[in-house]
Amino acid sequence: MNTRDTYIPKSENQGAKREFVSYIKGGIASLVLTLAAFGLVAFDMVSGLGALAALGGLAIVQIVIQFRYFLHIDLQKSHRDDLQLILFTGLIVSLMIGGTLWILFDQHARM
Amino acid sequence: MNWLGILEWHDIVFLRAWQHPSSSELVAAGAGGIVVLGALAALLLITAKHWWRPLWRDWLTSLDHKKIGIMYIVLATVMLARGIIEANVMRLQQLLAVDAPGYLSHEHFAQLFSTHGTIMIFFVAMPLLTGIINFVMPLQIGARDVSFPLLNAVSLALTAAGAALLMVSLVIGKFSTGGWSGYPSFTEKPFSPGAGVDYWIWALTPASIGSTLTGLNFAVTIYKQRAPGMDLFRMPLFCWVSLCTSILMIFAMAPLTLATLMLALDRYAGFHFFTNAAGGDVMNYANLFWLFGHPEVYILILPAFGIWSEVFSTFSGKTLYGYTSLVYATMAIAVLSFTVWLHHFFTMGQSADVNAAFGMATMLIGVPTGVKVYDWLLTMVFGRIRFRVPMLYANYFLLTFVLGGVTGVLLANPGVDFSVHNSLFLVAHFHNMLIPGTLFAMFAGFHFWFPKAMGFRLHEGLGQLAFWLLAPGFLLAFFPLYALGLMGGMRRMAVWSDPSFTPWLAAAMLGAMLILAGLCVLALQLVVSIRQREALAVPVGDPWDGRSLEWAGPAPPFEWNFPVPPEVRSRDAFNDMKRDGRAHSAPERYHDIVMPKNSAVAPLLGLGAAICGFAVTWHIWWLTIASLLGLMAVTVARSFVTNVEKTIPADEVERMHRAWLDRASATPAIPRRLEATTDNRGKAEVPGT
Amino acid sequence: MTDHHHPGLNLGHTDRSTHAAAEEMIFGFWIFLMSDMVLFALLFATYAAMSVHGVAGGPAPADLFELKSALYQTLLLLTSSFTFGMASLALKYRKDTGRLLFWMGVTFLLGAGFLVLEARDWVKMVTEHNAPPQRSGFLSIYYLLTGTHFAHVSAGMIWMAVMAVQLAVFGNDGPVKLRLMRLALFWHMLDVVWIGIFTFVILLGVAP
Repeated sequence: MNTRDTYIPKSENQGAKREFVSYIKGGIASLVLTLAAFGLVAFDMVSGLGALAALGGLAIVQIVIQFRYFLHIDLQKSHRDDLQLILFTGLIVSLMIGGTLWILFDQHARM
Repeated sequence: MNWLGILEWHDIVFLRAWQHPSSSELVAAGAGGIVVLGALAALLLITAKHWWRPLWRDWLTSLDHKKIGIMYIVLATVMLARGIIEANVMRLQQLLAVDAPGYLSHEHFAQLFSTHGTIMIFFVAMPLLTGIINFVMPLQIGARDVSFPLLNAVSLALTAAGAALLMVSLVIGKFSTGGWSGYPSFTEKPFSPGAGVDYWIWALTPASIGSTLTGLNFAVTIYKQRAPGMDLFRMPLFCWVSLCTSILMIFAMAPLTLATLMLALDRYAGFHFFTNAAGGDVMNYANLFWLFGHPEVYILILPAFGIWSEVFSTFSGKTLYGYTSLVYATMAIAVLSFTVWLHHFFTMGQSADVNAAFGMATMLIGVPTGVKVYDWLLTMVFGRIRFRVPMLYANYFLLTFVLGGVTGVLLANPGVDFSVHNSLFLVAHFHNMLIPGTLFAMFAGFHFWFPKAMGFRLHEGLGQLAFWLLAPGFLLAFFPLYALGLMGGMRRMAVWSDPSFTPWLAAAMLGAMLILAGLCVLALQLVVSIRQREALAVPVGDPWDGRSLEWAGPAPPFEWNFPVPPEVRSRDAFNDMKRDGRAHSAPERYHDIVMPKNSAVAPLLGLGAAICGFAVTWHIWWLTIASLLGLMAVTVARSFVTNVEKTIPADEVERMHRAWLDRASATPAIPRRLEATTDNRGKAEVPGT
Repeated sequence: MTDHHHPGLNLGHTDRSTHAAAEEMIFGFWIFLMSDMVLFALLFATYAAMSVHGVAGGPAPADLFELKSALYQTLLLLTSSFTFGMASLALKYRKDTGRLLFWMGVTFLLGAGFLVLEARDWVKMVTEHNAPPQRSGFLSIYYLLTGTHFAHVSAGMIWMAVMAVQLAVFGNDGPVKLRLMRLALFWHMLDVVWIGIFTFVILLGVAP
């Protein structure tokens, strides 16, 4: 069981320099996305639902980037168990957040 | 500074009864007396029998999943006794309190239903199912232990800490009167100023953290520790339900921890999460609580479904009908259980659309559950059915659970729910699911796997007698409540004014007494079985002609479960081994086995958590900080211990395994008709070999 | 048997036996993190409702949050996530512990800077804006959400300090590596959560 062979994909085995570059990519992309989101608000470029869509979009992209480059999650190369777990968590989290907002805003609207 | 926080002498139950000797206080003092005397008696017995050393060395510090499982069950049994006695005390009050005051104060009655619910859910059902999964699941998948044995022990210790706090609350102070769900605004400081709600919060918190860690541990074990050839779709159904239950535990406990944390912040620090004023949102408590509470319902019932599947298949002598559909039904139930929580508060004022959506999702759960019922029925068709004790419970379950399920579908309709919300109809419904569903499944599993755990069978006749007390007992205790609910009887009432309730309440009282009597017979059965353990012994380990791997080894199992990981070629792995002659055979080579060493970390953390909970409840801040620092110190210190494993040499493994093999080959195999006799030494006759 | 990798840094050929032991350990820790994410998700959901419904005549998000301070906190935490990545590379590719300890030290300081700035925000809110958590439902959940994150960061820093001692005592051996790999996941995840706080609490709160 625990003695399974330890082949891992090339992307995890390409030496210090390439892995370093990968962290740099993730770091720079996150920095750019953070500053972009900050700029949108600081310079009053978005408002209302547009702000929610734009900022939410940027946040999701940044989360995906950090999952990819810092947490090494990759749809093709990650272990299936880990991916299933992430997808299931995504499902549960969206059910819980979506349901909570639906219920609480609906109740509030009727008070 | 007050070194004892807000604790005062008259918080002790005996002094309270001395000062105000009402019947209610005297009952409370009696309960407190039972706790104190019971604890003293246990201490004396352990001391007199010189059991301290074996208790510490073989049990409390053990990281063996089988022993941890058994300790969970012992804990649950103690708490079950309290829960059932409380139920009888409440039944008597309700019977006596028709147009009369009864013998309990309203506040005392409210404490009773709050502790009864909290205990039965968190400290009976949860530890029972966790204990049984702990014992059975690693054996069924051919693993040596769970993935994280120390974490397993810590989970148990945290659960025990919560239970300890509940027991202490019988002697010092009063418990919450807010019900097992602890709804604000009632549980906010202005309406519940005492320490009761805090007891409730800090008893739940360690237990729910323990459950989260248990779920994590089981899920990793099932994913990563299966024996060679044990594909997911070759696992016994009980392992599938264990996996789904674990996933529910991982995701569903967080909302509870958050809800109680927010309530604690409101109570201790004046926050405004659930207050009526200053922008608090009391509905969010119901939302968060049931985000936990509904998956919790399925945490309680899915393991039961697993036990029933094993029981129907084994005692029908047939492979499980519709295995794949049962797996998918289990998964569907697990996912759907996260989509229905609002049906617990249909009446809270959201619009009809919201209610309709959640009502439909709720009814949907009936579909996979129905699939399961048909699969179990069809498992029995053309089977050679043997009515051993577990099979009696199983058939009783089929009849009553379907009735309970139908009342559930009724309640899923928001229109119906409005008229019976918070009535005894609801109380009848969920007891109808949880007693024949969960509790009787645990009893069935207890009878089924006890011989594996202890090496001897339980007395069959007394087991059947207990069943014949519990079966009508449940019907009498709870079916009248359906009627009372429809007649307008609300839940949690300490007194009544309608004399037409009396006959129904009397029937329910009789039922509760029968259940208590059944519990006593179960206790007697245990004593008798221990005394007759030589005659009832099944050392070869397969008393029921079992089908899955837990029956492949001796009873009780080796500490390391399997000398070498078993090779699995199909579902019903052990059944096939028996038929193609691979059962009871020696491996080609034995190897050294590495096992975790005992550790005192878990009992220390449990003790720390219990002290911490007590200190926070009574605002004893120095002790809170000291115990938190202690918890941290133990954790950090453990991470510096490097010598955590022991090696069992291959020679010893071989010697013990061969001794058992010799015994197995010398033991005659018995046909199924002798199963319940003392001829059954745990070796099953295999037809056609 | 499997050519798939686990979350976070994979040791791979640099330490085959520890890599083999990591799969199960990391999977367990990853489950814990997912369960922790559910906790944060519910905090966010509650915040989304109470920041709208629970202001109770008190200060609203737009009256309180300072964009600049939040940006500095974000940059500190993002940089610390990156520097922990550098520590992970040192863990994987270097036998000596010097560079590893250096990057952990940098991460610790960045984390400490984050905590100081956040605590300063709170003090300001309480003293200058009269906005303690007891003022309104919105403020209660604001402090609980950011406070839970703050507590996680603090726990991560205590963990880091313990690991520095372990590195000194045991060197860069198998169990220590496994613990550092889990700490890395924990630390990176805290930055992921902070993206949510920065975006949905601060930026959306201030946006018109």
